[in-house]
Amino acid sequence: MKGRAVSRNRHLVGWVLASPLSLVLMTFLMAPIVMIVVVSFWGATEWSIYPAFQFDNYEFLLTSDVTYRVFLNTFKYAAITWACTLLIGFTVAYYLAFHIRSLTWQIALFLLCTIPFLTSNIIRMISWIPFLGRNGIANSTLISMGVIDEPLEWLLFSDFSVILAFVHLYTLFMVVPIFNTMMRIDKSLIEAAADGGASGWQTLWHVIVPLTKPGIMIGTIFVVALVMGDFITVRFMSGSQSANVGRMIQNDIGLLQYPSASATAVILLITVLMLIGMMLRFVDIRKEL
Amino acid sequence: MNHTIDLELISLTKRYGATVAVDAISYHFSAGTYACLLGPSGCGKSSTLRMIAGHETVSDGAITLGGRDISSLTPAKRGTAMMFQNYALFPHLSVLDNVAFSLTMKGVDKGKRHARAKELLELVDMTEMADRLPAQLSGGQQQRAALARALITEPEVLLLDEPLSALDPFLRIRMRAELKKLQRELGITFVHVTHGQDEALALADEIVVMNDAKIEQAGKTRSVFDAPKTAFVARFLGSHNVVAMPEGLVAVRSDALKVTGDTAAKLPGTITNIEYQGTHVALVAAIPGDQEVTALLSDKDFFDNPKNVGEAIGLDWEAEAAHALAG
Repeated sequence: MKGRAVSRNRHLVGWVLASPLSLVLMTFLMAPIVMIVVVSFWGATEWSIYPAFQFDNYEFLLTSDVTYRVFLNTFKYAAITWACTLLIGFTVAYYLAFHIRSLTWQIALFLLCTIPFLTSNIIRMISWIPFLGRNGIANSTLISMGVIDEPLEWLLFSDFSVILAFVHLYTLFMVVPIFNTMMRIDKSLIEAAADGGASGWQTLWHVIVPLTKPGIMIGTIFVVALVMGDFITVRFMSGSQSANVGRMIQNDIGLLQYPSASATAVILLITVLMLIGMMLRFVDIRKEL
Repeated sequence: MNHTIDLELISLTKRYGATVAVDAISYHFSAGTYACLLGPSGCGKSSTLRMIAGHETVSDGAITLGGRDISSLTPAKRGTAMMFQNYALFPHLSVLDNVAFSLTMKGVDKGKRHARAKELLELVDMTEMADRLPAQLSGGQQQRAALARALITEPEVLLLDEPLSALDPFLRIRMRAELKKLQRELGITFVHVTHGQDEALALADEIVVMNDAKIEQAGKTRSVFDAPKTAFVARFLGSHNVVAMPEGLVAVRSDALKVTGDTAAKLPGTITNIEYQGTHVALVAAIPGDQEVTALLSDKDFFDNPKNVGEAIGLDWEAEAAHALAG
């Protein structure tokens, strides 16, 4: 009798302990998503939206040529940003983890990397504008050095500036997990590789990269998710001349077309989840968490 | 035995800033020797090994192998191979690929390198584990895999950095027998770093006892154990009593001490503890000058003439059993 009471008690305690987090996730994660999914099936006129269960939003979205071009553009931003942040992030993390010998310096330099993050990312983004503008610092310096005669037009309000801002904003999200994984690599493995006759590049490729994969994957998820969902960077840095999915949703919201915006958001969510699901098939990140 | 591949350290020095980790040590390892570098932690034995391996730069002096100066070569070009303390197996590679690693780096094709790796795994009796990952192996199996990986480079000298310290005591004794057997079969030089004197005595043909960045004493294991030159060596090797006598410090082996009833012996003493050890009985006695000595008696000798704690005894030894110590 007593045993059963205790075991029932244990179950109760388990549920009670799990409930605060479940409640928070339900309220702030699941409920909004469910609401977005529900609204995505609603109908809209120029001046109102009304509850319904129709596929018009999706039909319009999936048959429109614009959708595909915008999604393609979003993928392009994500892919190029990913490649740049990976290259820079890996190099920075490698330098910190393997070339800086003392832990104090490692921590000091790592904190140095995070200093730009003490300001808002909008400010960091906007500060590129006077630098890259037609009469900005970059152009005037290049002209005074005699490298170019005419100001470069593609520096600002172009794909270049959008990707530059993305790389600037998100590289640290790549550095942190890669650095973290690299710090866990036993230094004697590097010596063992040297003992086996591996050159520097061979050690990098056969030992360090495979062992850093989980960190690379976590960084990749951060960067891809951030770039895919971004709208403000694209708006500021392209001068509203380029679009990504985030901008599309923002436009719809501006026009009070909530059902259409929701449908786009649902498609974006599914796309990103599929991307991440695919990545997780390649690399097991559980041991890093 | 091939004397062209002797390993020699010539006033080898390692400095880290102002600290001297290894202070101008010289020693000659004949080819095919099982040598142990023995000493307390921080004595410079690991730095010495790592300099021989090429994982630490040489501050001064030279290392020669077979007459050729290897002190500035890369680890792989030295003809040495190292077995690391924690084995340092690549966690993402199977045992087979771990063993074949150096061949992969050389660009040997897959069939050939796997065939060779399998031979090595056979040598260390690990054939069935070839497809496992290091994390799926026990400590002893990891050690065998690491041995096979080191041996595939066909080294002339195998360097072992505290290879048995990660194992439990039971396995340690088994693995040390296997190390010794392997060394006999291969006939190459083994240089083994350890802080355990029993391990060194059990394995080594020659021991090099190090303390404070210097070699305290080196030579054939038995001659070092039988005639320690300094108090440090006598204490570190164990089974010795270091006694301050009027003529100076001497070392006397515990089993060379004779316990007599009379007080005419070399030293009077009082028994403070008696420890039964199965085959032997250890008698601890306090002697003048606030010193303590241990006498190891065979169980027969003791029980023929039993003693009690607190009893006054005389301690005696043959004149040739005592070794005068420096310092």
